[in-house]
Amino acid sequence: METETLEKNAPVKLTAKDFVSDQEVKWCPGCGDYSILKQVQTVLPDFVTEKEKVVFVSGIGCSSRFPYYMDTYGMHSIHGRATAIATGVKVANPDLNVWVIGGDGDLMSIGGNHFIHMLRRNPNIKLIMFNNQIYGLTKGQYSPTSEKGKVTKSTPYGSVDEPFNPAELALGAKASFLARTLDRDPKHQQTIFKRANEHKGTAFVEVYQNCPVFNDGAFFIYTEKETKKEEALLLEQGKPLVFGQSESKGIRLDGFTPTIVELTDGVSKDDLWIHDETDKVKASILAQFANYDDKHHMPRPFGVLYKENRSCFDEDVAAQINAAQSKRGKTPLNKILSGDKTWVIA
Amino acid sequence: MDTTTETKSTRKTEIKETESVVVRFSGDSGDGMQLTGMQFTDTSALLGKDISTFPEYPAEIRAPAGTVAGVSGFQVHFGSKEIFTPGDFYDVLVAMNSAALKTDLHRVRKGGTVVVNTAGFDSKNLKLANYPEGANPLEDGTLDGYTVYKIDVTRLTKEALKDSGLGMKEIERSKNMFVLGMLFWMFDKSMDFTIKSLEEKFAKKPEILNANITVLKAGWNYGDTTEIFTTRYKISAAKLPAGTYRNISGNQAVAIGAVAAAEKAGLQLFLGSYPITPASDILHELSKFKANGVKTFQAEDEIAAICSAIGATYTGALGMTTTSGPGMALKTEAMGLAMIFEIPLLIVDIQRGGPSTGLPTKTEQADLLMAMFGRHGEAPLPIIAASTPADCFDAVYEAIKISIEHMVPVVFLSDGYIANGAEPWRFPTEDQLPPINVKFTTENNNPGGNFLPYKRDENGVRPWVIPGTKGLEHRIGGLEKQHETGNVSYDSKNHELMIKLRAEKVEKIADFIPLAKPDSGNTKGKMCVLGWGSTYGAIKTALIDLHAEGYDVAHVHLRHMNPFPKNLGELLHSYEKVLIPEMNCGQLLQLIRAKYLVPAVGYNKVQGLPFTTEEIKEKIKELYNA
Repeated sequence: METETLEKNAPVKLTAKDFVSDQEVKWCPGCGDYSILKQVQTVLPDFVTEKEKVVFVSGIGCSSRFPYYMDTYGMHSIHGRATAIATGVKVANPDLNVWVIGGDGDLMSIGGNHFIHMLRRNPNIKLIMFNNQIYGLTKGQYSPTSEKGKVTKSTPYGSVDEPFNPAELALGAKASFLARTLDRDPKHQQTIFKRANEHKGTAFVEVYQNCPVFNDGAFFIYTEKETKKEEALLLEQGKPLVFGQSESKGIRLDGFTPTIVELTDGVSKDDLWIHDETDKVKASILAQFANYDDKHHMPRPFGVLYKENRSCFDEDVAAQINAAQSKRGKTPLNKILSGDKTWVIA
Repeated sequence: MDTTTETKSTRKTEIKETESVVVRFSGDSGDGMQLTGMQFTDTSALLGKDISTFPEYPAEIRAPAGTVAGVSGFQVHFGSKEIFTPGDFYDVLVAMNSAALKTDLHRVRKGGTVVVNTAGFDSKNLKLANYPEGANPLEDGTLDGYTVYKIDVTRLTKEALKDSGLGMKEIERSKNMFVLGMLFWMFDKSMDFTIKSLEEKFAKKPEILNANITVLKAGWNYGDTTEIFTTRYKISAAKLPAGTYRNISGNQAVAIGAVAAAEKAGLQLFLGSYPITPASDILHELSKFKANGVKTFQAEDEIAAICSAIGATYTGALGMTTTSGPGMALKTEAMGLAMIFEIPLLIVDIQRGGPSTGLPTKTEQADLLMAMFGRHGEAPLPIIAASTPADCFDAVYEAIKISIEHMVPVVFLSDGYIANGAEPWRFPTEDQLPPINVKFTTENNNPGGNFLPYKRDENGVRPWVIPGTKGLEHRIGGLEKQHETGNVSYDSKNHELMIKLRAEKVEKIADFIPLAKPDSGNTKGKMCVLGWGSTYGAIKTALIDLHAEGYDVAHVHLRHMNPFPKNLGELLHSYEKVLIPEMNCGQLLQLIRAKYLVPAVGYNKVQGLPFTTEEIKEKIKELYNA
């Protein structure tokens, strides 16, 4: 009898289907969000055995509908605040596996403050930003990651705003894990989500996500066959920075300046910049690739740009409580009520 | 210097027996008046006097020394009778400088006592306090009609510490202890409690400890040996109900009320807060309770503060956020979210003078309508208001009980006056506290189908399911929900139904709160004074006097601002006249008139200061006889 019960309760490996909720997915046809949803549902069974311990928290925007489609615990909250709510969730119960989903408008604009503060505190939360460089749900205004000069409904003469570079912002806010991936590269996404899950601390993943309605093709140069080899640089730990058709180009560091070199003219892979995701200086140079103009054009890096091990906020909070409890012990409620100084009236 | 704590007076002076006394310590922000006042209060309380205190600080931490803007005051009212307010007028004013005298003299009772530190009345100080060139209130007859003691406290302190080896700055800082010693002598109080507390405070700084004790005793001895003081006061212990008491401020009571409620509910307490005057002390206080598992989170802003608390509650903790008006304004969107989530959450608003930054250190009751209506959409929330410092404990405890048992965020209103004010509290024991029932749902309420997170019980309350509960995975959100399933629904009829169900749930709380009844006076008759929040003490005291004078006036005081007690309308209609005093422009007045069609009359004061008993009495008489 007993063994039977045990066997019955033994964890059965979950499948992607176990993470699909009964709600109809309502993103536009062709939206990059579908792929991200699919990859998250695909990788979760690799490391989740108890889906009741998974919580997805989102803000507002197209991408923030995400939790409704996941058969886990989840919360669709208010614009920009998912990071703050998730911090409360994780601190109150560090045992939960907490994911935040948001768009570039949600996390970089209205939620910019909470975004940077979550990164500096570093709670053990996975933070996935769907960057489509546009406001989709409100029907097409420029976002804080839209390029300068962008013509949208709210900028008919072109945007005069300088955009954020999310990777640079995240490093400036002391992100302990920084990665970038693409909606149109399912395998790469899966690898990155697994790496994010393994990271202890806030894992910030920027996903370039196509909005077929309001900003179609924003990232096609990194995803389409004709251009992606020249424009996308895939980072791998310990490997040289190589890109281009038939891997003919590499990147060398001259001091702090990255330079593109042809691998044919006497330059070998050994002369190239070897990717070290634990090197913050190199990570900030990689983050700045997106800032280079046409004169010094650089391919866009994808993969884990940076990773460091530092203490997690939720664990530190718990440790402080444990230390206080073992040092002082719990004050009995009656003692709290009476305080230190009392007097008696007969 | 004598090292024993001999506190028996050696000199014969006139001993005046009196029922109650109001003492005001007033000086520069850096003069240590708050500490002096608190020490004096603690000693009074421990000797069995009933007390009520009111600290008043400038908004600037260190306004220019010697100016009126920099005056910091601490008022204590103590006596052998029951005390309900810090007092309207001062019997004794201690003024450490010209600015303090200028600020506070108008509230000294005629014939009252004024103790001045003459060192604060040199030409520089007089000029800083904006006295006209050549004028000196100590010499020009300003103080005629008062009993005045002019003492060079600064010089006497320096004298007492000349061999201490301390620097001028430390010596200057000790002068408040001289005043305290002198006042202890004047009111026949022991120095023991203060000495003990100094010993605890300066255990690691023996030279500072010795200096403080030396100066304290020097002050006492000065009173005892010099001939200038002719009168001492004697106040018997108060005839308070028998029991064990402690002294407590409103903000302290909020903090331990929350700790007690969380413990009785068996929940982890999580406070998400952002520093703001006058609420920060609750954050400070709760941050001390780490050993009891209390988690405090100083967020990056007011919004993150409430959002983190929402996240914590979602996991099954008791989420709480504390703020004042400007922060409350920032939290409103998240309050709406918690409301539509239908989760417990305690939102504490310690009201201060507004609008905008307003008067950060002054009191007001002008956030009632914001608490009531300050959210977009139809988003009613229960509101509980505390009436005295000690009442903050019971009120916050009840707010949490309602929040948990009815799955609804509750707004708790206090204000700067009772948050910083203190009074004796006959504290309860753990087993006297009412139980708080937490039910985490672990079973599917829809066997064979999907769990229904918004299926309600007979009180309209939905189940509380926390992450980690196997098989009940579900999503909640700010989009309108389908009845019972909680799925996103844009159906128009469903929206109206959900709005009604959420409102009905809040209304239903009226079945769980006590009926309204007069605090004093009759249940019907000529007149009723309807109060709420911190006006309690002033109204109560006014009615004691008016009843003695034969007035037929009752005092009804509200704790439950939403929903109101079920019989409130009926009760108010049983009086010919209803007066509503409020420290705002008539916010409860609007609610009462709109809901019950009672021709109530407002009495409104928005000066950043509480009502005096006299003001309330005058207004009652005016309306009564009109």
